[in-house]
Amino acid sequence: MKRSRVPALLTLGVIAFLFAPLVVLVVNSFNASRFGGEWDGFTWGWYEKLWEADEVWESLGVTLKIALSASLASMLLGTLAACALHGFRSWLQGVHSMLVTLPLVMPDILMGMSLLALFVVTGVETGLATIWIAHVTFCLSFVTMVVLGRLQDFDFTLLDAARDLGATRAQAVRKILLPLLLPGVLAGGLLAFTLSVDDYVITFFVSGPGTTTLPLRVASMMRTSRSLPVINALSTLLIAGTFLIAALSFRLQRRA
Amino acid sequence: MRGARHRSGEWLITLPSLAWLGVFFVIPAALVVVTAFRPADLHGGVAAGWTLENIETLRDPAWLPILWRTLWLSAATTVVCVALALPVAFQMARVGPRLRQFLLLLVVVPFLSNFLIRIFAWKSLLHPEGVLTKVLVSLHLAPEDALLLNNAGAVLLVMIYTQLPFAILPLYAAAEKFDFHLLDAARDLGAGPCRAFMKVFVPGVRRGILSAVVMVFVCSLGQYVIPQFVGGASDEMLGNKIQQRVFADRNLPQASALAAALMAAVLLPMLVVAAWQRFGRKEGAA
Repeated sequence: MKRSRVPALLTLGVIAFLFAPLVVLVVNSFNASRFGGEWDGFTWGWYEKLWEADEVWESLGVTLKIALSASLASMLLGTLAACALHGFRSWLQGVHSMLVTLPLVMPDILMGMSLLALFVVTGVETGLATIWIAHVTFCLSFVTMVVLGRLQDFDFTLLDAARDLGATRAQAVRKILLPLLLPGVLAGGLLAFTLSVDDYVITFFVSGPGTTTLPLRVASMMRTSRSLPVINALSTLLIAGTFLIAALSFRLQRRA
Repeated sequence: MRGARHRSGEWLITLPSLAWLGVFFVIPAALVVVTAFRPADLHGGVAAGWTLENIETLRDPAWLPILWRTLWLSAATTVVCVALALPVAFQMARVGPRLRQFLLLLVVVPFLSNFLIRIFAWKSLLHPEGVLTKVLVSLHLAPEDALLLNNAGAVLLVMIYTQLPFAILPLYAAAEKFDFHLLDAARDLGAGPCRAFMKVFVPGVRRGILSAVVMVFVCSLGQYVIPQFVGGASDEMLGNKIQQRVFADRNLPQASALAAALMAAVLLPMLVVAAWQRFGRKEGAA
């Protein structure tokens, strides 16, 4: 029977809609025109300006520091959580599962606002540490979901086989479970990393005066029209980075 | 003996994440509700004692337009996103595995690209000197002095843009499990493609639709960055008011009262959905 072409065309349209603004952004990062309404000739100028913008690289450093440490911590916590959720059926896991899922549907502004309330009431100075805590909190649930998906595909009879062949429980976990689970954990970690690099709303609430992450920097650049084309250049680099990380993460999740 | 070890093992691996979420998710959320009943002090902190004043100010009719705007923008975003995502999810589930992976990557990349960058991209597209304005003017589709930016339409457009992947991903997950033979059967029995899509595919992925609706609607309710950057002064949402109470007025209890109201607005649809799903499962089992 002849299939309708409408869904395929609509899909193409939606993908074009998703990418058009990003393509214009990338093209304009090489455009000499300030507002990008028309093509004024090719230039590397905005990238040179970006290269000289020390404050951008400084905030990139802050962002990477937080993203790396927050994704490591959430990988550890999330993997343990996924093992617990997958391995046991009890009231405890019922509560646990609800706690892990709720942050996924909590609007960012509420999470940022409530963490700020916690830090204000307990008198904790906002800064690098409070941003790290916030990032671990929202990454944790995402890592758990990714690892849990991986665990559901895992053949647990392999562990029994290892035990039958004389491995201790610890050996079986270390030599069988961990290597097979690792791609899922890494994919979760990559997701956590991208989410942490990306986050603006929650970070805005819990950051201190001295700690400016990259999204906070971009937001302040967006308010001054002087640096607009430089954001195009920066965005192009960030989109390229996102594409690489997403492709890598896909590869990790597919390799069974 | 073995049972006891089993229990302690469960607690051991559950405790780290449970404790973390307890301290940094549950307690802060509860704190917001408590702070809503506290008076503010002059230094942007929370004073001792209790008050109903913050809650009472929510009854000010001046809130109604903001509340209404927040609701209609979120509802419109949800409807458009789900309507666009349904055929996309349908198509993605029907193509071969390689193309499917590629399409999934195409959907995920804009979703993972920096949120602010996506807003910035639209801000420069819609700018009076930007590409879109120039194109529309040259095609005589818009007047010379068209202002595409700083209005509710721009806010809605960018909200749809940023939320669309949130609708596509759960719908795709549901469509992947859908048995497409049912669709062929409907066609064999004489249904047109459109009718088969609406009467067989759409009901078949209703759980996916439900999670897409909840995801998009709930995330939209708390939105404030998009109205801030592409909206005008009269396009503010509830989130903008929370943000202003915290950072401009430095009045945490007032902000908490608003946040608590938003939290209730978020939890309510989720509870309804959870109850409905539980009821639905029982019905299905019977």
